[in-house]
Amino acid sequence: MGDIFARYDFFGAFWLTIQLSFWSALGALVIGTLVAILRVSPVPVFRLIGTSYVNLVRNTPLTLLMVSAILGLSLIMGLRLSNDVNMDVFLWAIVVLSVYHAAFVCEALRSGVNTIPTGQAEAARSIGLTFRQSLTEVLLPQAFRGAIAPLGSTLIALIKNSTVASVIGASEAAGLMATIVENETGGVAVFFLFALGFVILTLPLGVWFTSLSRRLAVKR
Amino acid sequence: MSMKKKIGAVVASAALALTLSACGGGAGGSTNLQALKIGIKFDQPGMGLNSGGKYTGFDVDVATYVAGKLGTTPDKITWVQAPSAQRETLIETGQVDLVVATYSITDERKKKVSFAGPYFIAGQDLLIRADDTSITGPDSLGGKTLCSVTGSTSAQNVKKQYPDVQLREFGTYSECVAALVAKGVDALTTDNTILAGYASQAEYAGKLKVVGKTFSTENYGIGLKLGNTDLCNKVTDAIKAMISDGSWQKAVDANLGPAGFKPGDGNPPTPAACS
Repeated sequence: MGDIFARYDFFGAFWLTIQLSFWSALGALVIGTLVAILRVSPVPVFRLIGTSYVNLVRNTPLTLLMVSAILGLSLIMGLRLSNDVNMDVFLWAIVVLSVYHAAFVCEALRSGVNTIPTGQAEAARSIGLTFRQSLTEVLLPQAFRGAIAPLGSTLIALIKNSTVASVIGASEAAGLMATIVENETGGVAVFFLFALGFVILTLPLGVWFTSLSRRLAVKR
Repeated sequence: MSMKKKIGAVVASAALALTLSACGGGAGGSTNLQALKIGIKFDQPGMGLNSGGKYTGFDVDVATYVAGKLGTTPDKITWVQAPSAQRETLIETGQVDLVVATYSITDERKKKVSFAGPYFIAGQDLLIRADDTSITGPDSLGGKTLCSVTGSTSAQNVKKQYPDVQLREFGTYSECVAALVAKGVDALTTDNTILAGYASQAEYAGKLKVVGKTFSTENYGIGLKLGNTDLCNKVTDAIKAMISDGSWQKAVDANLGPAGFKPGDGNPPTPAACS
């Protein structure tokens, strides 16, 4: 048991989990913001697109998205993101995690937008700001600050959900755990070791986001 | 369920089982030979499959025969799902009396559980599309894409022995079979028993074939509580009886035969003495 660290690349696997989470979080933030803009835009068609995206993606199991991306798009349709198998899996995992969590980022941001009194949007329009200007100057900055706490929860969920990437063979933490359990037999100790790894990753993040949400909250 | 949730559930149930067995004291140690709880795979066609409460497969037949010799009639057997990662825990906590679930005897596992058997000698093989003539064995895999299950011994073997092969990994073999049929991958690799089980399924009849050149040896044993020599001896005798009276061959033919599968060298095996 004690020599697990010597024989398996425990930290390498968690480093991959961190990389996977980092790039996915970035992707989810970008896509999520775009979808949130669609959902609050004054054009009905854009709102419909945004709503459809959120409802479709949010209600599909992540495992299903993961498997259908790699099985359907990469293997059967031949949409390879890289010629190297491991890189292909890694990139697809980032794409799927980004697309999936973007729905939650969008809803977190929308709840942030809803914290802003309607009068501000009306005031912005009445002084002649365009939709784009009122969005970037008035609404989004406040929305982000108001949505810090739910965004933090989404990030923590994303880090834990990155383990789903092991179903397509990404060699992150859960993939290594499958290997160790196969070779060394499954034991509560192995599970706790990996659970502990995730607690170390997520607990400080939770504390940080809570204090951030308090410090950055818009005082009204 | 997400992987994370699954792990949580396993840990919680294992912890619960530990406390329960601690409370039970000596009483939990005895095995009721009239009502055995047996761990099998629920999702492995040809070996252990639960199709709507009906259990079929070679492992199921072996388990039923052994249980019969020990005194449990088929209707008294409690079947328990034993996924690979949970087999040792299930035995150690007494949630099952026997595990008959494509369970390879290894030194690491022997530290935690005792094995009766082997009752079958399997080996890592390749499953390919029936019309594929370019793959004749592990040596003709250059430039091909293989598929296996994340973290499995077969996947590790391929990575170690054939580093130039492209290996795709999935959570279960079913996805690999789907990819193989759709020409997304060129071959699926794992124990030949599991491969023959998939090839024998009616929906894949004539579409898939097992290459038949094994490149590893897996001794399937029946797992039971560490140090329970008495039970181990009884199970070993039952396995011997099954092989000598022809039931073993019948079970192989019925479950793995439809795809033309023939057990490899060394079969039927001679079960080792219990220690």
